[in-house]
Amino acid sequence: MRGTAPHWRPVEVVSALVILLLIVAAVAPVLFAPGDPLAVHPSSAFSPPSFAHFFGTDESGRDIFTRIVHGTRASLVIGLSATAIGIGLALVLGLLAGLGPRWLDFGTTRFVEVLFAFPGLLLALLFIVIYGPGVVTSTIAVGLATAPGYARIIRSQVLVVKNAPYIEAAMVLGRSRTQRVVRHLLPNVAGSLFVLATLGIGQSIVWASSLSYLGLGAVPPTAEWGAMLSAGRTYITSFWWMTFFPGVFIVLSAAATTLLGRSLQQRVRSS
Amino acid sequence: MTAPLVVDGQPDVRARPWLPWLLARAGGVVFVLWAVATITFFAIRLIPGDPAEAILGGPGSQASAEALAQARADYGLDQPLGIQYLHYFGRLAVGDLGNSYSLHDSVVKVIGENLGGTLLLALFSLILAALIALGLAAWSVRAGRVAAGVGSVLEIVAAAVPHFWLAISLILLFSTVLGWLPPVSVPGPLGYVLPVVTLGVPLAGFLGQVMRDSILDATASPFVLAARARGENDGGVFWRHVLRHAAIPAIGLAGWAFGSLISGAVIVETIFARPGIGRSLLSAVELRDVPLVVGIVLVVALGYILMTTLTDLADRLVDPRRRGNTHRGRER
Repeated sequence: MRGTAPHWRPVEVVSALVILLLIVAAVAPVLFAPGDPLAVHPSSAFSPPSFAHFFGTDESGRDIFTRIVHGTRASLVIGLSATAIGIGLALVLGLLAGLGPRWLDFGTTRFVEVLFAFPGLLLALLFIVIYGPGVVTSTIAVGLATAPGYARIIRSQVLVVKNAPYIEAAMVLGRSRTQRVVRHLLPNVAGSLFVLATLGIGQSIVWASSLSYLGLGAVPPTAEWGAMLSAGRTYITSFWWMTFFPGVFIVLSAAATTLLGRSLQQRVRSS
Repeated sequence: MTAPLVVDGQPDVRARPWLPWLLARAGGVVFVLWAVATITFFAIRLIPGDPAEAILGGPGSQASAEALAQARADYGLDQPLGIQYLHYFGRLAVGDLGNSYSLHDSVVKVIGENLGGTLLLALFSLILAALIALGLAAWSVRAGRVAAGVGSVLEIVAAAVPHFWLAISLILLFSTVLGWLPPVSVPGPLGYVLPVVTLGVPLAGFLGQVMRDSILDATASPFVLAARARGENDGGVFWRHVLRHAAIPAIGLAGWAFGSLISGAVIVETIFARPGIGRSLLSAVELRDVPLVVGIVLVVALGYILMTTLTDLADRLVDPRRRGNTHRGRER
C-alpha cells in the first residue's frame, strides 16, 4: 500500500509517544508525580480537580493524578502478563496443530473451537468462580480467555510458513526437523506474534480493568486503574472525577497500543 | 501474499452438496455442546470447599452435619463422580439445569425470566452498531485519504473504550449534567437508550474495522470493474456491489458479536441495574452459585453455536462462490 519508503504517519507518532510516556510512568512514576499514592488527607477528601490536585482527590483525600501515575505499572504489568499467558498458551496449541500429525491437528482445532463457544468474559468468569477473585487469577483468566483467538491465528500462520520455499530449501539442505522449526519457522511466525501482542495488550488492559471494576480483580486501595474505578463507583453521581480520569487512561493506553498494532499489521501485510 | 493473518484452514465443508454439509454441521454442534457441558462439569469439581456448604449459605453458615448430609443427598453430591456425570447429562437432555444455590429456584426458570431482556438489549445494540459501522465506513472510505484516516482512528478508539467507562461517562453527561435520561434502567424505551449506546459503540468500532477492510478489498475486485465497464456510476457500484460484498465478513462475525455483547451485558446490566442474564451471572459468580453459573454459561454457549451455524448457513446462501466445486481457499 504505502510503497517502499516507510514514513511515520502522525497517528503512529502520537500513539508511540503515548506508549513511551506510559512506559516511563510505569518505570519511574516519581518523575511525573512525586507524591505518595497512598498518602491519606481526610481534610481534603473529594476535592474537585484543581491546580493542587489535577484530577481531584478520592474519599480519603488521596491525589487521583498521583494514583493514576503510580497505577500505570500495575495496569501495564497485568495487561502484559495476560497477553503473554494468552499468546504462550496459543503458541503451544497453534504449534501442536500446525506441526503435529493430522489427528493432533484435528483434536486441537476442535478443542479451540469448543473454547470459542465460551465467549471471552464468560471463560474468565468461569475461571474466577473456580479459583476465586484477585489480581493473579484475573490476569490468568484474561490470558485464558484470549488464548483461543490467538491460537487460531498462530495455527494458520504456521501452516502458511510451513510450506514456504525456504523451509523446503532447508529440508533439501538436510537440516533436521528441530532445526527447521527453531531456526526458520519460529522466527518467521514471531513477526506476526509481535503484531498480535501489540494489538492484544490494549484489549487485555480493558478486560482486566473490567474484572477489577466488577470487584473480581485488583482490590482498593491498590493504585490500579480498574480498582480505582471500582472504588469510585459508589460516588459516581456526585464525584465524577474519581471514575472519569482512571478510565481516560485505560482508553488512552488501549487505543494507543491498538493504533500502533494496526499500523504495524498493515506494514507487515504490504511488505 | 496479501493477508498473512487470514484465519483459514477450517475444514472446507462448503464445497460439498447440501445434505452432507448439514449433517456435518449438526454433528459439529452436538459435539461442541457435549464438550462445553463436560468441561464445565469437570471445571466446577475443581472448586475448593464443600458444595453442600455453598448450598446452605457459604462456609460461615455453621450448618449442622445432618443438614450438610441432607443437602448432599438432595443435590446428588453423595454419588460417585461417574454417576453424577451421567445424571447431569440425563438432566441436560431433558432441559433440566438443576436448582440455583442462592435463589433456591430452578435455574431454567431464573434464566427464562432474565434471558429476554438481555437478548432484546443485545439485538438493539447490534442494530445500532451495524448502522454506525456502516455509516462511518461508507462515508470515510469514499471521502478521501484524510477522512479514511479519521474514520479508521475513530473505529479503533471506539473499540478500545471499556463498557464500564463509556457507561459512566454517558450517565455523567446525560443524567447528571443534562438530566435528559435516567441513570438506571427504567421500563420503557427511555431506559434502553444509554445501555444500548454503551454496548453498541465499542462493537461498532470492531465491525467498522472489518467492514472497512472488506470494502477496500471489494473495491479492487473484478466484479466492481465489470460493473463499471457496464456503465454503472460510482454510487450504484458502491451501494449495489461493494456493500453487499462487504457485508459478508460482518455477517460471519455475528457469532463473535453475540458473545461479545453477552460479555458486555455482564457489565452494562450491572451498572444500569437492569435485570438480565449478565447481571445474574455476575451475582452467581460472586456467590459461587455453581448451578446458575453453569446454566448461564451453557445457554450462552448454545446461543453462540446456533449463531455461528446460522451465519455459516446465511454465508452459503448469500455468496455464490461458496457453492459449487470451486475450492475457495486456493485463491488466497
